[in-house]
Order: sequence, then structure tokens, then C-alpha cells
Amino acid sequence: MAAMAAFFKKLGANRYALPVLLAVGFVLSLVIPQYGLLNGYVQFVLIMIGINIILSASLNLVNGYMGEFSVGHAGFMSLGAYASAVLTVKLLPDLPDAFFFLPVIVGGLVAALAGFLLALLSFKTRGDYLAIITLAFLMIVKSALENIPYVGGPRGMLGIPKLTTMAWAFFWVVVTIWVLRNLLYSKFGRAIAAIREDEIAANSMGVRVREAKILAFSVSAFFAGVAGALLAHLLVFINPSSFDILKSTEMLVMVYLGGIGSLAGSILGAVIYTLLSNWLQDFGTWRMVIMPLILVLLMLFRPKGIMGFRELPWFLPKREARRKDS
Amino acid sequence: MSALLEVRNVSRHFGGLKAISECGFSVTEGHAHGIIGPNGAGKTTLFNLITGIYKPTSGEIVFAGDRLDGLRPSRIALKGIGRTFQNIRLFKQLTVLENVRIAYDSQLHYSPLEALLTLPRMGRNEAESIAKSSALLEAFGLGALSESLAGDLPYGLQRKLEIARAIALNPRLLLLDEPAAGLNSGETAALTEFLRWVRTEYKVTLLLIEHHMHLVMGLCDRITVLDFGQKIAEGTPEEIRGNKRVIEAYLGADEE
Ligand SMILES: Nc1ncnc2c1ncn2[C@@H]1O[C@H](COP(=O)(O)OP(=O)(O)OP(=O)(O)O)[C@@H](O)[C@H]1O
Ligand SMILES: [Mg+2]
Repeated sequence: MAAMAAFFKKLGANRYALPVLLAVGFVLSLVIPQYGLLNGYVQFVLIMIGINIILSASLNLVNGYMGEFSVGHAGFMSLGAYASAVLTVKLLPDLPDAFFFLPVIVGGLVAALAGFLLALLSFKTRGDYLAIITLAFLMIVKSALENIPYVGGPRGMLGIPKLTTMAWAFFWVVVTIWVLRNLLYSKFGRAIAAIREDEIAANSMGVRVREAKILAFSVSAFFAGVAGALLAHLLVFINPSSFDILKSTEMLVMVYLGGIGSLAGSILGAVIYTLLSNWLQDFGTWRMVIMPLILVLLMLFRPKGIMGFRELPWFLPKREARRKDS
Repeated sequence: MSALLEVRNVSRHFGGLKAISECGFSVTEGHAHGIIGPNGAGKTTLFNLITGIYKPTSGEIVFAGDRLDGLRPSRIALKGIGRTFQNIRLFKQLTVLENVRIAYDSQLHYSPLEALLTLPRMGRNEAESIAKSSALLEAFGLGALSESLAGDLPYGLQRKLEIARAIALNPRLLLLDEPAAGLNSGETAALTEFLRWVRTEYKVTLLLIEHHMHLVMGLCDRITVLDFGQKIAEGTPEEIRGNKRVIEAYLGADEE
């Protein structure tokens, strides 16, 4: 165990390890499906891990780094899923596979727009009240989708092309982590952290609190939308109840398990959660009890999660890593 | 010398309580200006009005020719007003350096998009922010603690860091709410010297609330006295020391 920890510490500190791993990972994500090196189920689970990493890292921006408690992430996700599916099913059915990034980006942007609107509401309220607003948002999105015949109403959308591959999932995970890292270690990221620590002090230090909240909510929602688009084109079928409060709860478990305020923690949480939930599949409805129970236990006994506010050097920009070394 | 800050006939009511009523005074550029008064006199409320945390019920606040009342606190800070808080409000879970950088960030120029894509201008700005903030911490004698969490510093150093953070905004006016609270007389004397240094080194006008008369009388060019939300006296330290109403207000407060 200690030897393993030491190994990971050394690996984490090595600046060349990450680019090499990324290159290897990307090649593998192309080669594995091509030559069927892993069976379909394992490939599916790997893609789910990728989607969940995108979800937990993006939710962590608002819930961890900014210290709010949003339960609306599944709402953003469904907007991304539906917007992208409308494109690939109805508007651009002949889109070549290589252009799959297009509907994914559109899905992200639609979700980001909703995130922007929610950010406006967060100017006036914080904490419990904002949590309730995000819950209301989630319910509004769900019932709106149930009442739009164009997207299938409660039955949802069928016949979505299966465009999400391992390579696309891998690509979007890397983009998500990279963009979030850039944001977090910028003046905007520091503004987000300052809001979490003390909003009044942040204001008095010239932090543009509104701008930071808009950015946090929009970027967070954008990647939830991306994850939704990827999921829609993996499952090839979506309906409004795939994106309910339980889906949000799953994301909360990932964030608070892996660690708030940490990209490494978001990844860890998503990996553990995805594996665990696939294993729990055999337990049927009990899953619905076990998952929320895990969340409650986490909040009580380890509210910051495994990595809480600690980061692997990999996810620090060069200038920050260098400073911390010296 | 002209007035940098003018408080004109400002009132602030909380329900039936007149925390500040029809209060007016002006702070001359380059001065150290003291605000004194018994507990509950409305001193902190006055700071919160100047910095936009509260809006005045009536009256105007003018800074360097611009109206401040009605502006958001961040806008007011960016106009050149830094402050500390009576109950220290550092970003406790962030490092000492990050605390200062957050205030310095208002002087960095790059857009959200440049940040998300980590374009070159952002890198240059960030490097500059690390260098300038570190230099400020060195000057304040906090350089060795850059990577400590702000919340882990001893109380006296937290107060000092709060001043450093306010200075990182590059303010023209610095508001200090009881900087000597909790310090013994030796430390208070050192703080007086330190504030003199801050004032000349960073060319900043000081407006400070203080109960330690030694500090106020020794440092300030002018003093405004509040009692029950009203200005009861104003003048040089000598004038205030001999003022009958001031003595009564303090004796009255002591008798309770
Ligand atoms: N947000 C608020 N809501 C209601 N009453 C308030 C509020 N802020 C201040 N007050 C009241 O206004 C009065 C003035 O308070 P303030 O904090 O300005 O006094 P102070 O002069 O700073 O006192 P101290 O020397 O104890 O710090 C007090 O009676 C206080 O209870
Ligand atoms: Mg006070």
C-alpha cells in the first residue's frame, strides 16, 4: 500500500507522465474498439466512466470550488442530451460521424444558456435557498420536456444514432479537465474560491462576484450538457425521467466521494462510483436506497471527500506547480 | 489639499434604529483620519455604507468626485477604496499568497475566454501577479508564510495580512476597522509605526476606527467622533481631547 502510494506520488510529480499517458490513452481509445480488444460491456463501462468524470468535474466547479449546493446538474445534462439529439435525429440526420463534436457543442451551449439564467438567480440567494431553486429548475426542465411532443413527450426520443465512441469520450474528458484547470488557476478561479470563502470580503476586494458566478454556472452547465450529449448518443434513447433527481444525486455522490475542490478527486469519485454502481446493478431497486444512503454517510463523516481541496500536481498549471516546489 | 472622501448628510436606519443619522464629514487626501465613539455608535455601519455593503437610507457619499452610494461593493473597491474588517474576514482556506493575489487580480487584464484557453496574455498577467503579490508580502514581512493557509496564521499576522490584501488593491483610501483590537500596548505602538510606514510607502489616505486613544491621537491628523449615530465633534487630536461633549459621551458610556 505504502509502495503504491509512493509510486503514485512520483508519477504525479513527473511532468512528462501526463502527456505520455494522454497520448497512450487516446491511441488505446481508438485501437480497443477497432480490434475488439475488450468486450462490449467493458467498453461501455469505460465510456460511462468518461461521461461521469465530465459530470463530476463540472459539478465540482459549483458545488466544490464555489461552495454552493446545486442539485440541478441533471437538468443541464438533459438539455444537452435533448438539444444534441434533436440535431442528429431531426435537423442534421446525415451528419458525418467525424462532425459529432458539433451537436455535442450545441448541447453544451444550450445547457450553458440555462446555467447563465440560473447564475442570475444566484446573485440574490445563496445556500439552502439556491439549492431549492436548482431543484425547481430540474423539475421545470423535466416537465417541460414531458410536454413537448416534438421531442417525444414522456416517451422521449428514440433512434438516436450511436455516435459516442471511446475516442470521443476520451477527447471530451481531456477537454473538460483542461478547460476547468485553466479556469480554476486564473483570476476567475480565484474569484470563485473567494466567493466560497467569504462573499462580502470578496466583494470588498474588488472581485467581480457576478461575473465569476456567471462563469462558474455557465461553464459547469456547458460540460453537463456535453456529458448529456455523449450519453444520449451512447444509449441511443433518452426520456425525461432519465434525468431526474436521482441522476443529480449520483453526481453529488461522485463529487463528495472523490473530493470537493479537486479535479483529481472528481476523477477518482467518478471512477469509484461508476464501478460501484455497475456492481450494484444486481441489487435492483436497492440501488435507489444505497446511493442516497452513501451520500448521507459521506456528508456526515467525510464532507470533503477523499481528495478534498488537495490536487495532484498533474492538474496544476506549470507556473503553479513550479512555485509550490520551490 | 482637497477632500478625497465626502460623506454628506448620510443616514442609515435598521427598522426603528437610527444606526447613522444625518452624518457628514470629509477626509482630506493624504491625511490619517480617525473615527472614534463608544460601542454601538455606528462606526462600522459607516464603513459599510462607504464600501457599499449597506445602502444609505438618505444622503450622499462622494469619493474623488464620484458618487459612491448605490454602487456595488466591488465597484467601490475598484474605484480605490480598500478595507479591513472588525472581525477579520480573510479567505481562511486559501494561502496567504492567494489572499493577496485575489485583491491584486483587479489589475490583471485578460478575458474569460483567454483564461479558459490559457492564451499567452493570461500567462504573462499571471506571472506578473505572482511576482507583485510576493513582493508585497515580502515588504509586509509575510514572505516566508506565502504558502501557509491564511486561517492558520496567528491573530496579529492575520490582521497584518488583511492590510496587505487591502493594499494589493492599490487603493487611494484605506479603511481600517479597529486594527489594534486585541493587541497589547507594545504591539499597538508597533502597529502605529507600521501604519505610518504603510501610509507613506503606499501613498494612501487612512480612515480608521479605533478605541486605543494612544494610537488615534498619535497617528491621526483629524478625528471625527460619533455617538448614537450622530457626529458630536470633529477636529485635531488636541481639540478632541479637550472637547466636553466627547468626554461626556465616553464617561456616559463608561457609567453603564
Ligand atoms: N445589519 C444590521 N441590522 C440591524 N442593526 C444593525 C445592523 N448593523 C448594525 N446594527 C446596529 O447599529 C448600531 C451601530 O452598530 P455598529 O456596528 O456600527 O457600531 P460600532 O460603532 O462599530 O460599535 P463597536 O465599537 O462595538 O464596533 C448598533 O446598535 C447595531 O446593533
Ligand atoms: Mg464596529
